[in-house]
Amino acid sequence: MTDWAIAVTPPRWRKWLLAETPQSRLQARLSRAYLSWVAFARNPLAMLGLVIVAILVFCAVFAPWVAPHNPIAGDLGNRLVAPGGEHWLGTDQQGRDIWSRIVYGSRTTLLIIFMVAITAAPVGIVIGATAGYLGGKVEAVLMRLTDAFLAFPKLVLALAFAAALGPGIENAVLAIALTSWPPYARIARAETLTVRGTDYIAAARISGASGMRILIGHIMPMCMPSLIVRVSLDMAGVILIAAGLGFLGLGVAPPQPEWGAMVSEGRSQILEQWWVCTYPGVAIFIVSLGFNLIGDGLRDVLDPREG
Amino acid sequence: MRGLMEKGPILEVEKLNIRFNTPVGVVHAVRDVSFAMGREKLAIVGESGSGKSQTGRAILGLTPGKVTAEKLAFHGQTLIGLSEQQWRTIRGKRIAMVMQDPKYSLNPVMTIGEQLLEAAREIKEGAAARQHALGMLAAVRIRDPERVFRAWPHELSGGMGQRAMIAMMLMAEPELLIADEPTSALDVTVRLQVLAILDDLVKTRHMGLIFISHDLNLVRTFCDRVLVMYAGQVLEKLTASELAEARHPYTRGLLACPPEIDQRRARLPVLQRDPSWMEPVRP
Amino acid sequence: MTEIVTESAAQPMIEIRDLSISFGQGADRVDAVKNVSFTVAPGESYGLVGESGSGKSTILRALAGLNPFWSGHMAIAGQKLAAKRPRALRRLVQMVFQDPYGSLHPKHTVDHILSEPLAIHGVEDVETRVRAALDRVGLGPEFRFRYPHQLSGGQRQRVAIARALILEPKVVLLDEPTSALDVSIQAEVLNLLTDLRQQLGLTYVLVSHDLGVVAHMCARLSIMRTGEVVETASADDLSEGRLLHAYSRQLLIASRGYDPAAIAAFGDF
Repeated sequence: MTDWAIAVTPPRWRKWLLAETPQSRLQARLSRAYLSWVAFARNPLAMLGLVIVAILVFCAVFAPWVAPHNPIAGDLGNRLVAPGGEHWLGTDQQGRDIWSRIVYGSRTTLLIIFMVAITAAPVGIVIGATAGYLGGKVEAVLMRLTDAFLAFPKLVLALAFAAALGPGIENAVLAIALTSWPPYARIARAETLTVRGTDYIAAARISGASGMRILIGHIMPMCMPSLIVRVSLDMAGVILIAAGLGFLGLGVAPPQPEWGAMVSEGRSQILEQWWVCTYPGVAIFIVSLGFNLIGDGLRDVLDPREG
Repeated sequence: MRGLMEKGPILEVEKLNIRFNTPVGVVHAVRDVSFAMGREKLAIVGESGSGKSQTGRAILGLTPGKVTAEKLAFHGQTLIGLSEQQWRTIRGKRIAMVMQDPKYSLNPVMTIGEQLLEAAREIKEGAAARQHALGMLAAVRIRDPERVFRAWPHELSGGMGQRAMIAMMLMAEPELLIADEPTSALDVTVRLQVLAILDDLVKTRHMGLIFISHDLNLVRTFCDRVLVMYAGQVLEKLTASELAEARHPYTRGLLACPPEIDQRRARLPVLQRDPSWMEPVRP
Repeated sequence: MTEIVTESAAQPMIEIRDLSISFGQGADRVDAVKNVSFTVAPGESYGLVGESGSGKSTILRALAGLNPFWSGHMAIAGQKLAAKRPRALRRLVQMVFQDPYGSLHPKHTVDHILSEPLAIHGVEDVETRVRAALDRVGLGPEFRFRYPHQLSGGQRQRVAIARALILEPKVVLLDEPTSALDVSIQAEVLNLLTDLRQQLGLTYVLVSHDLGVVAHMCARLSIMRTGEVVETASADDLSEGRLLHAYSRQLLIASRGYDPAAIAAFGDF
């Protein structure tokens, strides 16, 4: 055992991060991030969520090495093989290895999540923060628009968009993003309203900052924590909607593996060949759970008001 | 039973300690605080972080920290390790507390009258309770008790709200009132009027009052005795009238540093904090 | 209402004539400030005293340009104030707020807070100016990269003062700058403000509910109630008890501590 040396003297990087008097803005920021990480890491469920998502990312990146078979090429001689042996999650009606298809399907899932997060969240924060800060007519117009989007059930709206735009991964992303931003706009506006009247915003105005500068440099950073929490909690919902679109044939085009579409394909044999639709379902469940756990953990760290 | 105790102290505190477990270690917020009080106005004075509020809260078992004491007794009955049920017979009934800001202490979705009756529920009922409540509002010098009885908390000014809060705390006729900066959020004139009400109540109802404050000059004119706290310890115990002869440099510094109208100085004296003030005080 | 017209050769630094400020419209209209006038000479420190709702902070916020709904005449260093202010005029007037916990951006380091006004006005030499600003308010360089939550109340108020001074203003508006601080910290901050006014030739307008603080900091002051100036007095008038209006006298008595007989005689204003 050589652990004792580490236990006695904390490594230098750790000392640097925990310094009472940081020497640069970067150090101050990293030190703050490190303390948040320590608080996050103390929550075992959140860490479980992080491990699940890490595995998802790993599978997506290294799919050709993780997956033992080709996910697209079928082998009709090996149709609907039960789990075990060479195909340890079995094969589907075209003789494709289910495990391999789940591994490749993680690429689709991750891509959709990522694209939705980087489109819906910025749109939401810009609309919400602008409405909240400017108030008056701008706010009325922007928030009524938001309300109009919120009035429809998410899945139904996404279905309508996807049906209108046609199947395909880009259209699925677009459909989901279009239905995901309104809650972010609401959150950003609510945060902005509480921040708008504070003395530090008044101080920024007195020092001559433009509205744009205040919005981007002073107000948006205050909206970020609750937005990050909300986005990570919503990821589970995004996965489910993506799967729902796939299930209804409005997601990714057929030979490409997608978890929702896989469940859909297996539903005619659900009683006899249960593995065809069960395993992709389990994958959807586990990954949704992972994002939810991360979201909960982030809320405890970033947004202690609700904790 | 109460009659027998009339002569002795209401509250005895010996070597009270409060500790908080934090991620960076144990914070020893209150260290070996001891005092006894009768039916008088006792002030606990100190700066923020001196442990004065935690001391007040510990008496009602309301501090989130870990409380230990050789003795913490109200009329001889210990206040440590009580069950919630035992607390219910004491909190709000025999010992009451008034907080700093009435905005956060009054329930915004109940009228003042409903809250007063709620506070009196286990003592009086029906018309008698209502009469009692109106009497209490009159006792805190609210001119139109009927109107305030029907009012919602947001309809009252800060001073009026604080008076209603005090009336509520007095519904059960407690023997000890703990007031934690009860007037800091109020304007000067209203502040003094509220103090006059507290003063009256102590005299006419033979109550004990623990007045927690940061304002040594206010306390000097209002209270009977003063405990000066610093870094969790009582540095000095004085009667209010002999505060001018305080010996501890901290007390003297606190008395000297506020600006005075009558005696203007080019610069204000600044408190030179001595690390030795942190060391345990010998009794 | 008495108006002190200083007939000095020098131009006043702040000139306010018939200032009225109201909020809302129709039946909801609240007149927060009614026909207030006063002038402040360069290098002078002027006090506005009153209880909550007297309109004293509202005047300060209008002077700072935070409230566009005012009428009357306001001028700073001879320049008439309008709804829109040129940047150069904005630099002249800075403000220190009451609550040191709410006036610093919680996600900005001290360094960021101090360099932000410099960036807005395109001032060069950020590094030396930030260091000098910290030094001027008695904070060492070790505070530069800390976040506000790592500072005590007094240290935060020093940072707020440093921020107000970093653009080298002529006028500093002080809105209850010490009422949230412990008395010993208050003494340090008031001493710092006194020193800075002398060193930099600043003009102050100080708003406070504490007659003692105003008498200590200001040679002249206006006592306000419900939006109006009740009385304008000098600090000597205060210490010698030469106040004309009953309300001002009551305020003065109240600031001397607890006295049951005097309180019983309080009028309702």
